[in-house]
Amino acid sequence: MSLDLILFLILALVAITTAIGMLMSKNAVYSALLLVLNFVTVAVFYLLLGAPFIAMSQITVYAGAIMVLFLFVIMLLGAEQLAPAKVLPWQRPLAGTLAFILVAEATYLLITRARPVGDIMPPTDAVNTMDNLRELGQTLFTQYLLPFEVTSILLLVAMVGAIVLTNRQKKGEPK
Amino acid sequence: MVPVEYYIILSAILFTIGVLGVLIRRNALIIFMSIELMLNAANLAVVAFSSAIKSFSGQIFVFFVIAVAAAEVAVGLALIVEIFKSKHSIDVDQMSNLKG
Repeated sequence: MSLDLILFLILALVAITTAIGMLMSKNAVYSALLLVLNFVTVAVFYLLLGAPFIAMSQITVYAGAIMVLFLFVIMLLGAEQLAPAKVLPWQRPLAGTLAFILVAEATYLLITRARPVGDIMPPTDAVNTMDNLRELGQTLFTQYLLPFEVTSILLLVAMVGAIVLTNRQKKGEPK
Repeated sequence: MVPVEYYIILSAILFTIGVLGVLIRRNALIIFMSIELMLNAANLAVVAFSSAIKSFSGQIFVFFVIAVAAAEVAVGLALIVEIFKSKHSIDVDQMSNLKG
């Protein structure tokens, strides 16, 4: 068993445990913090896969910006826990059955399709990684320049949209 | 050396946990976090395939997905704050009427 495989299995265990903890936790703040751990684990997976730029984007954007925004909203609303209410008795068993069917189907289909692709080699030395990074930047700013610019417009629209949505009642309309 | 199938199985499991979160939780914020988990699982699969065929396209695609997820979170959380202002709860069971 190679070192890569051992590392993969340990990280996979951490990722699945934190995801299930996120799902089960009663307190939304704990959920958010467990999800941060999950995102960091996935960032380490990206490093293992030889994608250092994506790993760093993952940590700064997901674990940093997005989850801080989540925690901020949870604490702003004071909505750590919901008031207890009656739950549908058949909801959880049904959801569990459907999820099991989904994971079985997805695994089967993806594996039968993935088999011709082959194995993932461990990332090579640091010099090679920097070369990869340079090539990635060149592809991003030449071949994918238009999607990149469209993304910037999308972020601008999202920013304006968020401000408009939360700031609407200032125009004097009764609330 | 890790077979690409292992990454795909992990990605499928994480995606399914996200689906379960959307199905069984009632807190709108946790449902939203589960959606992020699903996006992340899909990203992991894309990067694994991209790494297996030694191409950059997958990584660039994931970069765009991360940017779109950031935009989505900004708008989605603004909507949740608005819903909380009008209903004083983020329980999705309470959001049962069209007129706010």
